[in-house]
Amino acid sequence: MVETVIVPLIMIVMVIVAVLTTVMYMVLLERKVQAWVQVRLGPMRVGHHGLLQPIADVLKLFLKEDITPARADRWVFTLAPILVLVPALIAFAVIPLSRDLTLFGLKFPGQIADVNVGLLYIISVASIGIYGIILGGWSSNSKYPLLASLRSSAQLISYEIAVTMTLVTVIMLAGTLSMVGIVNAQLQKGWWFAFMQPVAFFIYFVGALAETNRAPFDLPEAEQELVAGFHTEYSGMRFAFFFLAEYTNMIVVSCVATTLFLGGWLAPFPNVPWLSFLGYVPGWVWFILKTFGFLYVFLWVRATLPRYRYDQLMRLGWKWLIPLAILNVVMTGLVKVLV
Amino acid sequence: MAEAAAFYILAALILGFGVLVITAKSAVHCILFLVADFLCVAALYVSLQAQFLAVIQVLVYAGGIMVLYLFVVMLVNLKRPPEAHSDPRRLGFLGLLMSVAVLVELALIVVTRWARPAAAGSGLSPDNVRQIGRALYTDYLIPFELASFLLLVAMVGAIILAKREL
Repeated sequence: MVETVIVPLIMIVMVIVAVLTTVMYMVLLERKVQAWVQVRLGPMRVGHHGLLQPIADVLKLFLKEDITPARADRWVFTLAPILVLVPALIAFAVIPLSRDLTLFGLKFPGQIADVNVGLLYIISVASIGIYGIILGGWSSNSKYPLLASLRSSAQLISYEIAVTMTLVTVIMLAGTLSMVGIVNAQLQKGWWFAFMQPVAFFIYFVGALAETNRAPFDLPEAEQELVAGFHTEYSGMRFAFFFLAEYTNMIVVSCVATTLFLGGWLAPFPNVPWLSFLGYVPGWVWFILKTFGFLYVFLWVRATLPRYRYDQLMRLGWKWLIPLAILNVVMTGLVKVLV
Repeated sequence: MAEAAAFYILAALILGFGVLVITAKSAVHCILFLVADFLCVAALYVSLQAQFLAVIQVLVYAGGIMVLYLFVVMLVNLKRPPEAHSDPRRLGFLGLLMSVAVLVELALIVVTRWARPAAAGSGLSPDNVRQIGRALYTDYLIPFELASFLLLVAMVGAIILAKREL
């Protein structure tokens, strides 16, 4: 009873608190990193060097007036932010954060749930997240959000295909769909999958940028800097949900990349015996370091690269990434059979 | 005991959402209720130890096909068609006739032997994907190839219909 209910409950609370705190500080980190790239300082006033800025942002969003457009579809308008945030959060249920630990006499598994189809679970909740974007734009009953949401969702479903193909190659290497199994396979083979599948890693990274609407693929988002986006009619707490959901998606994608390509909670170079002292550092520290490395590259890319136009974006996804990903699957299959 | 409770709750939800699908006034609400229906069906698959099928149900059906339905419904501005035959007694009688037909079918499946679907094979192990893959590529290879051929034909047809110049 304790093991099946209380321990997962504690882990769920810990993970949600950790993720929401990380999301809040990701907002600050993004502003700071962009500022440093642009030779300025970013938020400096609220707290020491701007460290309390996220709290000010959260308070502002809570206290803003909650406006619903006059002829908006009330139920769907309320449902859309929920449909964006909840799938992003529940994807953390299958991500393996460390090896199994024993704290205070309780056995904590390294993840909230070891589902035997864990990777597909993450992809399927990501495809539910697309509904929130479509419905958010449609229920606002206004032209610009509708168009922006259709563009954004078309971009998401296009790049989902390329990303899923790269995940197929990882599954071929690991032989299992369970996330825990994939990390164990990297432990057994002694190599992180990023070194065995560099092409898949690259395609996954590009697809992840597109899936989370991050630069250089953020045309649906930049529209609201210029005109409007799918969450233009949302204010206050509902907008906060969309905002939270975007950064949570970034963290989910980074965690999945870490688990699949960078070895999850494994220390670097698990196959080199004289580096095994790195194993004394707890697994979750490595996991956090790798995830933040990935997130930092996201921020770095945003500060550096210009934006793709929408037709260039779609051409890149359909004409370059998908054939490349399929070719990668075929080559991996051939190598597996012949070697 | 918990399984029975889960089954009855899920069954009630599925039927409830099904009724809401056909009685909703706005087309988008219909689609959303259908998506909720599919999510409950996926939960039912999980309770039957078919986790792969549950995830594929969400990923392909609820997350792919219904998104396309939603696109079409949102972009095509549906107004109610002119009432052709709206005689409620006639509609009611036809509805009753259809439901009696379905009830007879269900009773036949449950009671007699020749209408029963094929018996399920051995139980599902946690290795769902391997079992389904093996069955799909050995016993059911020809239906699999025919289904992928059908999808290819549909894709080619859609491209031909949508392109302006070939």
